[in-house]
Amino acid sequence: MTNRSFEIVDVTLRDGSHSMRHAFTKEQVRETARGLDKAGVNYFEVSHGDGLGGSSMQYGLSKVNELELIETAAAECGQAKVSVLLIPGIGTKYDLNDAVKAGAKMVRIATHVTEADVAKQHITLARELGLKTIGFLMMAHMASIEKLVEQAKLFESYGAEVVYVTDSAGALLPHEVTERITALKNELSIEIGFHGHNNLSMAMANTLAAVQAGATYIDGSLRALGAGSGNTQTEVMVAVLEKMEYNTGVDLYKILDVANDVVAKYMPRPQEVTGSSLMMGYSGVYSSFLLHTEKAAKRFNIDERDILVELGKMKAVGGQEDLIYEVAANITKKKFAVAPKP
Amino acid sequence: MSKSKVAILGSGNIGTDLMYKIERSDALELTMVAGIDPNSEGLRLAKERGYLTTTKSIDGLLEHPDKFDMVFDATSAKIHQSHSDKLTAIGKQVLDLTPAAIGPFVVPSVNLDQLQSEPNVNLVTCGGQATIPIIHAINRISPVSYAEIVATISSKSAGPGTRANIDEFTLTTANAIEKVGGAKKGKAIIILNPAEPPVIMRDTIHATIEEEGKEAEILQSIKDMVKEVQTYVPGYRMNTEPQISGKEITVFVEVEGAGDFFPTYSGNLDIMTAAATRVANELALQRAKEGVK
Repeated sequence: MTNRSFEIVDVTLRDGSHSMRHAFTKEQVRETARGLDKAGVNYFEVSHGDGLGGSSMQYGLSKVNELELIETAAAECGQAKVSVLLIPGIGTKYDLNDAVKAGAKMVRIATHVTEADVAKQHITLARELGLKTIGFLMMAHMASIEKLVEQAKLFESYGAEVVYVTDSAGALLPHEVTERITALKNELSIEIGFHGHNNLSMAMANTLAAVQAGATYIDGSLRALGAGSGNTQTEVMVAVLEKMEYNTGVDLYKILDVANDVVAKYMPRPQEVTGSSLMMGYSGVYSSFLLHTEKAAKRFNIDERDILVELGKMKAVGGQEDLIYEVAANITKKKFAVAPKP
Repeated sequence: MSKSKVAILGSGNIGTDLMYKIERSDALELTMVAGIDPNSEGLRLAKERGYLTTTKSIDGLLEHPDKFDMVFDATSAKIHQSHSDKLTAIGKQVLDLTPAAIGPFVVPSVNLDQLQSEPNVNLVTCGGQATIPIIHAINRISPVSYAEIVATISSKSAGPGTRANIDEFTLTTANAIEKVGGAKKGKAIIILNPAEPPVIMRDTIHATIEEEGKEAEILQSIKDMVKEVQTYVPGYRMNTEPQISGKEITVFVEVEGAGDFFPTYSGNLDIMTAAATRVANELALQRAKEGVK
């Protein structure tokens, strides 16, 4: 078999955690992991949606401890390796140590696109633990290309082996992805990755742009199960890229099987581009705010879109789910001057 | 009433802001500021305002033991232990603003009365100072089984020390939520927001209580506590009414700084220096009452 053109990293069991309201069961994880491994995916991610230690009242408590889910997934792996996500400020070095004991072989250390320097201690530890170590620059649409390059270089200097352009809000357009990946390819010597969200229906187009600009790590999720409108759909990505004569290393039938026979069966709802997720892409709002915004809008009987637009204006960053309730309360105060429903 | 004499160790941002806050206290007299860098703005301002200064850090302080009863250490966790050992050996009380946490945690509106004879007290973290009073306010009415705080600060107000040691922030805060706030289990999350103009520090406190039915008392207790914290951090406030849903309580606070040396958005830095000054002030009043010199 010839070398793969790139690595497809499947994030169903991590980004999908948002759509599942962090309620993945061991059985769901076992079946999904088995299918991904059989299909030939080399890396797939298992964590709370907000990364290790993300189980919280702020983001949603995990139904099953993520360490048990990591262990369950790792037990199914023949050639595949389990990745975990760690967002400094939420997860800690101790969480990473525990994840490694549970079977994680790769970690993605994620920061807001301008804050890479908080990740130094975690990247250092990840390399010491012998993990495949990736830097993940979230909300990449919020920084200039110069800033993105500067921050990616920090990740590289700490020892990251790959750095990602992470379009957490699904706000980037293909030409913007091309510019960003190209700049990183020119300025860095490590590999470059891309993680997309489909809020503006651009996830596949953006992934293609990333590959054509030289990205060698690309993220997807089965049936697009992920925050907001979901991610680039893994099985679609395999089909499209095979058609373009790239070597994905992933078996199309087998990846279709796990997507449709396993994931489709437990998805709580289809990953559509709804009015709200579209507004997230349009206003540049972190995709995992979607379900929290829906809840707040219902409680205060206001339009979800008004909340999202306001969050965009406030330049909210990933993790600020607590701001949603406050924004909704303030919109209500201004608009209606009534108390929320109990 | 005779004032207690105090010195500041560390002439960086925190040390400099402390200077302004101590000047407003009627129980404290600032005498000396110690740093390393002769060109630092902190030392220059201290000299201008008439305080004795030294560029020999701890050794410079030790040359003038009669000049102070208490020392604020605003240097770094790494060297705090040696500073503390040298100062406590000659009977000085130490207020630790570093993350070293050798001595017990102190949150002035919660547990100061239990710590008056401690040789070294630690000011926890900015997130801890902003949220633990609220957790305590809930816990004193209805036991808190779990408390989680989310502190959002502007990127500009997070110095290199905080950035390099972000895990120490979350772990120390979580520990103090349990030890001082009284929650059986604590968790802390910190978020840096780079928006311009910089965002004011915000803190959200999520708590789970053991039994329902005391909502009105809890709300009153929280409001009383906010007033108490406002006596030393005037810009501490709730922007939205607390949300109570069954056993879950969420409280939203904002911390605007006094704008002494830091810009007002840096409520996270301000609440540390304001809390430290309040602690020293109370210790000084106690000393005066007991006639300790």
